[in-house]
Order: sequence, then structure tokens, then C-alpha cells
Amino acid sequence: MGSVGTVIPQSFELATPLPLKSGAVLPACTLVYETYGRLNADRSNAVLVCHALNASHHVAGVYREDDKSAGWWDNLVGPGKPLDTERFFVIGVNNPGSCFGSTGPTTPNPDPAAAGRPWGSDFPVVTVEDWVDAQARLLDALGIEQLAAVIGGSLGGMQALSWSLRYPSRVRHALVIASAPNLSAQNIAFNEVARRAIVTDPDFHDGHYHAHGVVPKRGLRVARMIGHITYLSDDVMASKFGRQTLAGALAYSTQDIEFQIESYLRYQGDKFSEYFDANTYLLITRALDYFDPAREHGGDLTRALAAATAKFLVVSFTTDWRFSPERSREIVKALVENERDVSYAEIDAPHGHDAFLMDDPRYHGLLRAYFERVAADVDAGRAERRAAPRPARVPPGDRPTTPSAEGSS
Amino acid sequence: MSERRDLEVIARLVPEGSRVLDLGCGNGALLALLRDTRGCSGYGVELDDGHVIECAQRGLNVIQRNLDEGLSIFADRSFDVVLQLDTLQNLHRIEPLLRETVRVGRVGIVSLPNFAHWPNRLAVLRGRMPVSKALPYQWYDTPNVRFGTLADFETLAQASGLRVLDRFGLHEGRVVKHWPNLLASTAVFRVERG
Repeated sequence: MGSVGTVIPQSFELATPLPLKSGAVLPACTLVYETYGRLNADRSNAVLVCHALNASHHVAGVYREDDKSAGWWDNLVGPGKPLDTERFFVIGVNNPGSCFGSTGPTTPNPDPAAAGRPWGSDFPVVTVEDWVDAQARLLDALGIEQLAAVIGGSLGGMQALSWSLRYPSRVRHALVIASAPNLSAQNIAFNEVARRAIVTDPDFHDGHYHAHGVVPKRGLRVARMIGHITYLSDDVMASKFGRQTLAGALAYSTQDIEFQIESYLRYQGDKFSEYFDANTYLLITRALDYFDPAREHGGDLTRALAAATAKFLVVSFTTDWRFSPERSREIVKALVENERDVSYAEIDAPHGHDAFLMDDPRYHGLLRAYFERVAADVDAGRAERRAAPRPARVPPGDRPTTPSAEGSS
Repeated sequence: MSERRDLEVIARLVPEGSRVLDLGCGNGALLALLRDTRGCSGYGVELDDGHVIECAQRGLNVIQRNLDEGLSIFADRSFDVVLQLDTLQNLHRIEPLLRETVRVGRVGIVSLPNFAHWPNRLAVLRGRMPVSKALPYQWYDTPNVRFGTLADFETLAQASGLRVLDRFGLHEGRVVKHWPNLLASTAVFRVERG
């Protein structure tokens, strides 16, 4: 198993404004994306990887040969890996509203009144559906009519599910991992604590902190700390840190770091506050809160998922209490009631929500087996098309600003 | 129930094109056979991680679930046939599951190792627990939590409100119609809601 090696991000500008679910319109939008592997001649082997809260388009590979860290799902994506780049053309896209290159709160607001200042908190509220629409525009430009698969974990799983509902004919397989059909009250509550930490930071300045030359780092740190707690299981925290203290003797201080877990959380918070944008954190947690495909169907998830025609793989992890197996089973039940093709696995892993990023052999063994089936579907489709050829349809409109998608890895 | 000939006997009980639910589907061999030779579709339910992966490799729909936790994700009469082959002996709560089987399926096909098969009787007469192809485990190291006979299941089916449509023995791929409780290693029942 290898790495996709050194990768170069590309960018794509939407030709027309992006209408948003809220009714607002994003007047101009650039998407940053990466691709790995080669698109086959009939453009049928594309797999879209959707990112979650704090990740990006940088799914696999490195930017420089001496890069110490690889893409966020590098253990899954690469030559010979479960999502095999020798068979699939894999696409990672940074969603609008994020802070890793695509249009978001840190990019200049095109409104003349803003005089070139960043969007800040004036950036419109974006939803999972808006992201899926933006991703669909990129696929149009790449000439990809149908995805062999769309995959995502957590908030990325919500995008995979949304793809199967908004563009049913464009998705053959949807892999929804460690996700949920909507957030529970407890989950929204955690998000709200994180948001309050940010907006009550004196450096927040109503979201226009850049104009003041500051960043609400304290708020971001606390937001990350609470998030991080919820991504881990009680057991994994106990085994990693337990009640270990930093020094041997207790200091009997209310301010100093006493326990290892405190040190770990502060480190995670500090690191996060250095690179993540506060407005993006607000936007993305809101997108999580708003996602609820059953809402437009009177809360009936079965009716909501009736639109989907893809084959599904749903995966949950037994120790994930933020996106618990019960929530994944709701998705499975609704798909079964619609007589859709669905497989479901509940992986007994200790890592909590973060397990979806780990390489547990049962988890990756299942994904490998499933992607082999997806690849077999691609091959069968190609054989069929060769028997009855028809012209490939490349929709007009958006065009990538960088050349060919092929050979970009 | 892993022998190809046994699976073929069971497959012939399933009408072509049926919507099937296979409870304890193992590596999915029967579901694959039903899909490939009889145009059936549906789902398998399986607990074992390795078996779930094998089912995925076969391109089957498999749902990982402990059958002792029930079938609440499946609606009433949503399947033509519910298969429950050689799983009863591994479960703790079989009466509720039998009722669930005929709730979600129009017809249930249930099999179990027949403890009254004559070599087993002989082993017990000799004072030892039987070890055979149908009961391959030592008494101290077995996933089976209970043993029963063809005659016992008949009684349980009636007590659980199931109507027995058909019963027969199965031994090394052959249907045993005469004296099945004595001459067959596996008991097979076709049941419906009573």
C-alpha cells in the first residue's frame, strides 16, 4: 500500500452565483479541490470524499516530500488502499464557508461597500445542501455525470446522504459513516456552547475581528476543547490519560494544569486556534444543526429517503456517543422501509467518534470489500456501455480554471 | 447448513423473485444462491464481523445486528420469506424472535440441529455428548446455548402461536420424510403466523 505522493490543490470558479437554502445567494464562489488517481475514459470511476467540521480538500498525500503530515484520510485513500486510487478517481473539495482556500469568511467580500475587507460574519449561512450543490457544479465542470460513490464521515456522511437525495441519478453508492439523519438536542447543545465561547470572546468584535487585527483565540480554544471531549469515548480517555498528573505531587492550584487530560485539551485548543477561523466554526456547526432531510416531510425520514436510489453502506462505531449507532440505525431503517439496497456495520472500536478516521482492520476491511463491489459495478457499467455506446454529455456552464483533471496526482 | 446440497434444498422452498430476510446469514452463501439462481432480493442479518465483510464481498445487503435485540427495524409483513437457519441454538430469546419472524415475513423457514438424530442418541446412551457434522463442538466449548429436537420444535411452534405448514428432516443434502426425528441431523420447518 502506497501514498498518492505529492499533490497540488486546484481551484475552480463557479460561473454563476450559488443560490443558498436560506434564500440568500453567494455571488461568487471559488472551490479548492484535489484529485487522486485517473478519471477513466467514460468518466464513471469518480468517488467524491466529503469532509467534516475541521478538515479540507486535502484528503490524501503530501504537499512536499518532507511534509510530516499527510491528508486527513490518507490511511483510506491511495494506491492499494481500501479506496484504491489505481481504480478510482478520488475528489476532495473544500466546502464554501470553510477556511482552507474555498470562498469563506476569510476571503474578500465582493460587495463594494465592504471595500475589499473579508466577509467575516457577513458570510451567508451555508447548509449541507448548499455544499452538495457547489460540489455538483464542480463535477459538471469535470464532466462527471455520475459518481461511482460518495463517501463521508460525520458531517461528511450527511453530505453523502444529501447527495443521494438531491441528485439521486448522479450517485451509484453512498457511504454514510459515523453520521446521523439530524443532530439530537444534546448535539446542538454542544455546538451552542462552542459558539457561545467564540462570540463572547472580547476579540470576536461581531465577527469582524480581522479589521481589529485580532483573532478570538480564547473562544476557539474552548470550542475545540468541548468538541474534542465529545469525539472521544470515556474509555479511550481513561486508557490514554486516566487520572495521570503532570507532576508527581499535587499542586493544589485551581489555575495550573494538574492532570494530563487538561494539558492535552489545552494543547489541542491552542493548535486549533492557530489555524481555524472562528466564523467558519460558527458556520459549520450551524450547518450541522440545520441538517434534517426529514423536516420537509413532516419529520418522516422514510418518506424523506424515498428519493434515494443509490446503494448504501452505513457504518457506526459502538463507542461513538456523539453520532451513536442508534442514529445510524434510523437511516438504515428508513432505507429498508423504502426497500433500498443497504448494508450496515456496527464496528466495535474503542475510539468514539474519532474511530471513523482510524484504520481498525474490521472497519477498513469492510470498506475495502465494499469498494471492490463499487469497482465491479464500474467495470460492469463500462462493459455495458461498450456494447451500446452513446455520446458522453458534458454540460455547459462552469469550467475549471485549472486544466485537465487527469494526472493531477 | 453450510453444505451446498443443504442450501439447494432450502433454496427450492423459496419462491422465485421473493423478497427475503435471512436471519443469521453467515457468509451469505444462501442469499447469494437465492439472488443468482432464483432472482431473490433482500437482506441478511449477521453479528460476526468477518461474516459481514464476506457478505459485502459477495455484494449482498447485510445488516449487522444481534438477533437477541429483535427485528424492530423491519416492518410487518415486509418480506415474502424469512429464513432462520441453524441460528436458534445460538440465541438466548428464541420465542420472541420466532414471533418476530412471522410478523415481518409471510412465511418463515426455520432449521435447527436435531438432537434426536440417532447417532446423537447413541452417543448419549454411551454416556457421552455427541460431536458430529451438525453439532461439531465439544460440550465445554460451544456457541450453542441449547439443544432441541424436531419433535421439540413442533411443540414450541404451537406454543408460540406459529402454524406449521411443512416439516421434514435434512441429512447430508437429502430430504428425510420418514422418521425424521430419528433419521435426520437437521430439522426444517416452514411456518406462518397462526
